Amino acid sequence: MILFKLAWRNLVGAGLRTWLNVLVLAMAFILMIWGKSVVDGMAYQLYDAMTNIEFGKGGQLWHSEFDPLDPLTIEDAHAVYPEELAGRIATDDVATILVRQGTIYPEGRMQTIMIKGINPGQKAMDLPTDKIVVGSTGLTPALIGQKMANKTGLTQGDLLTVRWRDAGGTFDARDVEIVHIMNTVVQTVDKNQIWIPIADLQLMSDMDGQATMIALTQPFEGTPSSPVWVYRDLDFLLRDTQELITAKNAGGNIMYGILFAIALLAIFDTQVLSIFRRKKEMGTLMAMGLTRAKVIGLFTLEGSMNGLLAFGAGFILGSPLFYYMAVHGYTVPGGMDDLGMALGNTIYAKYGAGLMLGTTSLLFATVVLVSWLPTRKISKLTPTDALRGK
Amino acid sequence: MKNLLPLLFLGALPGMILAQPQPSAEEILRRIDKQMVTESAEATATMIITNRRGRETRITSRSWSKGENTSLVEYLSPAREKGVKMLRLEDVLWMYTPSADRVIQISGHMLRQSVSGSDLSYEDMVDNGKLLDIYDAAVVGEDVFMDRPCYVLRLRAKDDAAEVTYAQRKIWVDKMRYLPLKEERYAKNGSTLLKLFEIREVMKIGDRWYPKEMYFKDVLANGQGTRYIMDDIKFDVDIPDYLFTKAALRE
Repeated sequence: MILFKLAWRNLVGAGLRTWLNVLVLAMAFILMIWGKSVVDGMAYQLYDAMTNIEFGKGGQLWHSEFDPLDPLTIEDAHAVYPEELAGRIATDDVATILVRQGTIYPEGRMQTIMIKGINPGQKAMDLPTDKIVVGSTGLTPALIGQKMANKTGLTQGDLLTVRWRDAGGTFDARDVEIVHIMNTVVQTVDKNQIWIPIADLQLMSDMDGQATMIALTQPFEGTPSSPVWVYRDLDFLLRDTQELITAKNAGGNIMYGILFAIALLAIFDTQVLSIFRRKKEMGTLMAMGLTRAKVIGLFTLEGSMNGLLAFGAGFILGSPLFYYMAVHGYTVPGGMDDLGMALGNTIYAKYGAGLMLGTTSLLFATVVLVSWLPTRKISKLTPTDALRGK
Repeated sequence: MKNLLPLLFLGALPGMILAQPQPSAEEILRRIDKQMVTESAEATATMIITNRRGRETRITSRSWSKGENTSLVEYLSPAREKGVKMLRLEDVLWMYTPSADRVIQISGHMLRQSVSGSDLSYEDMVDNGKLLDIYDAAVVGEDVFMDRPCYVLRLRAKDDAAEVTYAQRKIWVDKMRYLPLKEERYAKNGSTLLKLFEIREVMKIGDRWYPKEMYFKDVLANGQGTRYIMDDIKFDVDIPDYLFTKAALRE
């Protein structure tokens, strides 16, 4: 306890030098928490949106030919539903999706799109598919996203001519009615596509009872009985997103590392200077009976208390920023979803226990280490030399 | 009077032709195929694309074809398209772009997409199939199109026909030259007109009548259509097989 009191008195006695160290360290701490919380928030929003809206919580079954990055595979990527899901399909517990390529002519301009058929009552994806019901015209109802609507100039109630090829490769065409325009941050369910009832698309394409993929509410147990279906779990589906977040974290860590190194350098410098200038004080303490270990402990404690004060100051000074970022978020000019990320226009910071405790512990351990390193010289110090200031 | 006899004979000729018994629909298709389908050909053509504002884009190309499913088209101009090549081997089309030095495959729905913003699809560009193999036909009337007496035929895809792009067509066939002067190509539902095709000028090469200028219009799209002018064509030419290989695309 006496060491703690002594350390505190010395620290306060150092005056401006202490508070400058604390301030620099606190700023580094605030920036680190802020930056990491934004990336964590971004990751959370991405995973949440993609899992609930694009994939379904249980992952997806894909036709073995299907590759979403290769439009050439869509032609042949369709097969009858897997038998083991018959019960879940009947109760709309899963989303059966048939994907075909088609062409639309909004305002007379030819545009290639994906026609996606889905069971309107599905519960696997957070899409307003329940709105895909036949409207006043009696035509096939279609759902589109806001970005698609903006690009094509379509509005609710508009009729749209859609051209597609059936299973035999023959062109067919019909008018559909835009019955709903959805707002979504996930571009992969919005851009260049329309959603219609799967029964209609199956009829249009001569592909009765067939789908390209099936979104699940629960993970698929085991392996599909038919080799034509392949289970893609969320780890697989979110792999690209995970890599993106890892890359963002790595880039951020370099910046935080530089920032924190500057702050730690200030503490290190202070410690080295103290040990050089306070040798008489060390000699006196040893002459009064303090062991070398206790003197090392005292100086390490002094340095470490910079860290404790910085954390306190960081929480106090940073709280308004942390609160604002969590509640109001950071609005990205232009929107991140325009860049292909399912984030919308605002990123909200997320402060998990792991982030707060992990970052604080790591930083504090580093402060203690940096405080201790210069004090190793004290172990070679003799009290008589120290009293003479040598 | 003696000098007038040939003129009288010529004046009566159309009537004599019209008086002949009408050939069956199958016979008409067979004669069309004889005119339009080539064993091998080498041609230079100009495609004129007119957008809805009336602006014209001209693309000249040279093409080689062998049989029904093998052909190669190379763009000669404009500069930004020069060197682009399209090779059709059966149902697959390979496209080479010199700027990227890449060969990419175009198949399925992409074959039906517009070529360089024109009203022609990649499939239209390289199509050389026989109507008789794909369609059942019926003569549904007679008409005059561009001052030429025509048979009007309704074509429906045969049940056993492999991949058919247009399930139904209505064609106006020149009674004397057996060229399809006008075609309406319909969707499977039979009521939605998808594409319009016209032969606006013809030429005679040997004993074969062949289109000199064609007109394509994607009816669902805005724009004023695409003209395809055959600048030069040679039939039954000897084309080396290596020309129809992926490796030759880069040459």
